Amino acid sequence: MMESNQETLFQQKVDAEQKIEPKDWMPAEYRKNLIRQISQHGHSEIVGMLPEGNWITRAPSLRRKTVLLAKVQDEAGHGLYLYSAAETLGIGRDELVDQLLSGKAKYSSIFNYPTITWADMGAVGWLVDGAAIMNQVMLCRTSYGPYARAMVRICKEESFHQRQGYEIMNVLSHGSPEQKAMAQDALDRWWWPSLMMFGPSDKDSPHSVQSMKWKIKRQSNDELRQIFIDRTVQQAEVLGLKIPDPKLKWNEGTQHYDWGEIDWAEFFDVIKGNGPCNKERLTARQKAHADGAWVREAALAYAEKKAKKKAA
Amino acid sequence: MSNEKDWPLWEIFIQSKRGLDHKHVGSVHAADAQMAIENARDVYTRRNEGNSIWAVLAENLHASKPEDQGAFFDPADDKVYRHPTFYVMPKEAKYI
Ligand SMILES: [Fe+2]
Ligand SMILES: [Fe+2]
Repeated sequence: MMESNQETLFQQKVDAEQKIEPKDWMPAEYRKNLIRQISQHGHSEIVGMLPEGNWITRAPSLRRKTVLLAKVQDEAGHGLYLYSAAETLGIGRDELVDQLLSGKAKYSSIFNYPTITWADMGAVGWLVDGAAIMNQVMLCRTSYGPYARAMVRICKEESFHQRQGYEIMNVLSHGSPEQKAMAQDALDRWWWPSLMMFGPSDKDSPHSVQSMKWKIKRQSNDELRQIFIDRTVQQAEVLGLKIPDPKLKWNEGTQHYDWGEIDWAEFFDVIKGNGPCNKERLTARQKAHADGAWVREAALAYAEKKAKKKAA
Repeated sequence: MSNEKDWPLWEIFIQSKRGLDHKHVGSVHAADAQMAIENARDVYTRRNEGNSIWAVLAENLHASKPEDQGAFFDPADDKVYRHPTFYVMPKEAKYI
């Protein structure tokens, strides 16, 4: 069949809301785009374990420690669901890991910010997982079957992540003046980077149009960002905390909040590798991978030896 | 690191409850079958989603080809008489 004909059939399938499955014909660009997006997403889950892993040994109670540990384990699981989905597109796990460790592949910039106080565990769960959920709920309806199924699995697990974070914020913001100040400080530092998680503004996001046509994405960056803001403002009010945006104001006409301007220079600078923790995060992943090399080799050698014995 | 040999890929099927079918959930890498099952437990059943796990080496899994989907499933297309609704039953007959 001719390429253009294939492409028409493909688009018809997508338009009819039929999922694309691994062995189906797909445009080379669709495949490439998906590999990039799914692997970036997977890398974000894996690198995302680091800022929270930082607090596991210092959690203020056994309850908090158990919860944080379970959350970080979930994120490891999410990374693996996503790598598994990416591999159905014909890229190997070794290649995916290489791309992360060599710095060739990107991951969400949010994880290049430091977690310096316990309140950051609250803000990360509430805002960072909260923003991720918005995006992931949309992706449950993405056109590529394995990606959509991984998202359904992930979404089921995410809501506890956001709630445990909000619970931390709630306890701190209704605690001592020092605790409340700590919660406010965390909100001040995480608010804008969380809004950046939705990606560049629609007018500066050239890939978005094609992604929407292929139904990889179903809602635009700005749309999702606005819904997130509308929901989060009320939650901050319940905490008695102030969102660090002097322009934030309810707009009766649009029935949405008006808000200030994202510092896009900072956004692109962190993507380029100049965020506060870019080097630290990558170094930590490289070290973990290098330190585990002997385990991977030994397990394989043992499996081969066992298989030989069985065959003999 | 790239000349290191990767652990093989295993496709994972999970039965969520006794009596139900095993359903494909995704894949894991593991050095051998035992490890594949243990990794699948940690990755896919952290909330009691599983009662039983099957791990199949991905290279041993064979699939029908989507490009001849139409022709391949054709033989089943025109055989309405394989469905119970094809048959005319007298109204008076019960439990049939
Ligand atoms: Fe996650
Ligand atoms: Fe999460």
